[in-house]
Amino acid sequence: MTESTVRIALVVPDLLGTYGDRGNALVLAQRLRWRGYAAEIVTVLSSEATLPETCEIYLLGGGEDVAQQAAVDFLSRGDGLHRAVASGAVVLGVCGGLQVLGTAFTTGDGRTRAGLGLVDITTEPGGRRAIGELSTRGELAGVGTLTGFENHLGRSRLGEHTRPLGTVLHGTGNGPDGTEGAVSGRVVCTYLHGPALARNPELADVLLSWAVGERLSPLPEFPELTELRERRLRVRS
Amino acid sequence: MTNTTRQDTRAGQHRRDESCSPARPPRWRLVPPGGPPTEHASPLRRVRTALAVAAGRLATGASRRLRLGSGGIIGGRVALALQPDLLDELVAGKHVVVVTGTNGKTTTTHMVAEALRAGGRSVSNATGANMLDGHVAALMGDLGADRAALEVDELHLAQVTERFAPTAILLLNLSRDQLDRVGEIRTVEASLRAALSRVPRTRVVANADDPNIVSAAADHPEVTWVSGGCRWKHDALNCPRCGAFLHREDTDWHCACGLRRPHPDWTVATTELIGPDGLREQLSLPLPGQVNRVNAAFAVAAASALGTPVRQAVDRVRALRQAHGRYERVLLAGHSVRLLLAKNPASWLEMLDLVAENERPLVLVVNSREADGYDVSWLWDIDFERLAGRTVVVAGERALDLAVRLRYAEVPCEVASTGVSQALRWAASHGRNDEPVEVIANYTAFRDLFSKRQRP
Ligand SMILES: [Zn+2]
Repeated sequence: MTESTVRIALVVPDLLGTYGDRGNALVLAQRLRWRGYAAEIVTVLSSEATLPETCEIYLLGGGEDVAQQAAVDFLSRGDGLHRAVASGAVVLGVCGGLQVLGTAFTTGDGRTRAGLGLVDITTEPGGRRAIGELSTRGELAGVGTLTGFENHLGRSRLGEHTRPLGTVLHGTGNGPDGTEGAVSGRVVCTYLHGPALARNPELADVLLSWAVGERLSPLPEFPELTELRERRLRVRS
Repeated sequence: MTNTTRQDTRAGQHRRDESCSPARPPRWRLVPPGGPPTEHASPLRRVRTALAVAAGRLATGASRRLRLGSGGIIGGRVALALQPDLLDELVAGKHVVVVTGTNGKTTTTHMVAEALRAGGRSVSNATGANMLDGHVAALMGDLGADRAALEVDELHLAQVTERFAPTAILLLNLSRDQLDRVGEIRTVEASLRAALSRVPRTRVVANADDPNIVSAAADHPEVTWVSGGCRWKHDALNCPRCGAFLHREDTDWHCACGLRRPHPDWTVATTELIGPDGLREQLSLPLPGQVNRVNAAFAVAAASALGTPVRQAVDRVRALRQAHGRYERVLLAGHSVRLLLAKNPASWLEMLDLVAENERPLVLVVNSREADGYDVSWLWDIDFERLAGRTVVVAGERALDLAVRLRYAEVPCEVASTGVSQALRWAASHGRNDEPVEVIANYTAFRDLFSKRQRP
């Protein structure tokens, strides 16, 4: 148990928060509280001057093209996120968040712009939107099968030394090479969109153990969650 | 008749309007209903239309007799197959009010149709059949009606205005909804804007409090603005045009790029409707909630724009007790329930507001078929935390997703794995005998329950 509060930053949910992405903050905070840690969700809207660098966890969700560009503008105004990452903060970028954290992305209108460069991954529009259930074999220690929904036009290519988060079992993921997401230090990106951690408690707990710097006590199993995962992994459409 | 003829007729009316003072910013005024446009249909075309209508009605009747449904869509489909231009024929000479937006379409269409009846015969597709075949079916229902209220799916408004210019278009609201099917809000907003640009003479009645709607309608020359507040704000924090954070003060908002909240012509203030020129009407309705007072304000504003006296329009809207099952108290599997439809975060917010007024047991039903959208991520956009302490049972194809959401909200719930009947039985046994159970269901779940209802 620690005395201090774990601060979870919900980064510009007004721009990157289209698909229930807020759910990841709720899941992380609750899994901490259930274990006796104090947790606080810090909502940082794009109306703030800059992003505070003092949180333990930063969450970036998905957004539309215009919003995604505005999010990069906001995050480039200060170097809060870079400084936080340098001092060991955990970052989860989901869908649009993956593209924002990457080196560069091209949006549907053909414009290419630089991302924040925290992960070596580049994104270009694909031929058609990838929409549907996505499941992968987790490549991160302690993370088994991942399940979620994907809805994105972008196809992403990992840099030579960047690891994927998972290997696609069903769905599209990053694109033709069969990888899904990216991991670089404590920065994790994924196309499992929206409330990805709701269906993937193992991934949530890996991120939390990084944030608190110790092994976490196990939580009791929720039968509805176990059954939900089993059912969604059977869906093949 | 062709679109050109109709537009010419309207053009005369438009010039009359503009003669007052072109320098003044556009403001609300009563548009006198123009006379029915002249028809130029050839005899052959008329015969074909008559045949198509007769065949469509036959199909509707057959479908009803076979209990395949209300038969509206199949009848429309058959008629359209025989006469592809049928819609143009059917709207000729009619005043058509088109209703679109993410939430409240069906209820508002009911209200508009009812308000228009003050001035004559009117038809509507207020069954939620909001595509082309549904429109044709509704219009075939009474060929003698000279007014129609048509609900239109927000992505299909562009198809409508490509074919004809409605007398009025109502833009209710725009928020996240079925993102895997409908697409993102920017796309829908752009499509609405393009649709409106094709019909510059049409009276647009639009929501002044919804930045996405304002962005879609602001460039149109004939807009009546309605204000009733904006309960769901998560899609209205940033400018739809440039992405910048909107400056807000009380109900007012504006963006550095120039987009701003227009001055409303009609305002819903608690239970009162305040109209142009100091007009005030009581707006206490049998249909519950602020959401329905706003729907009513849209209907009254539209009817008024077509020449219906405001008092008459209000009286008729006030008489409506339900709209295609929404808010209706019915018997389901022997239990008394109130049926509420919630399809997306904005409408869930409204329905949770409604059920917060009592402490009855709640049944929540969520499906994820094509018409619902396959993705249920939006469950995490809803503040289920406010149900703490409430008796809740979940059902439907995505009951487990809902149960996980409620687990994290620390709202204990029962999962009815065998279906809604089980959920109702359980909920009813946990409530007071004389009180109905509250059922909130998403689209296909609601539709299925509605079809099984018995009247109490
Ligand atoms: Zn702007």
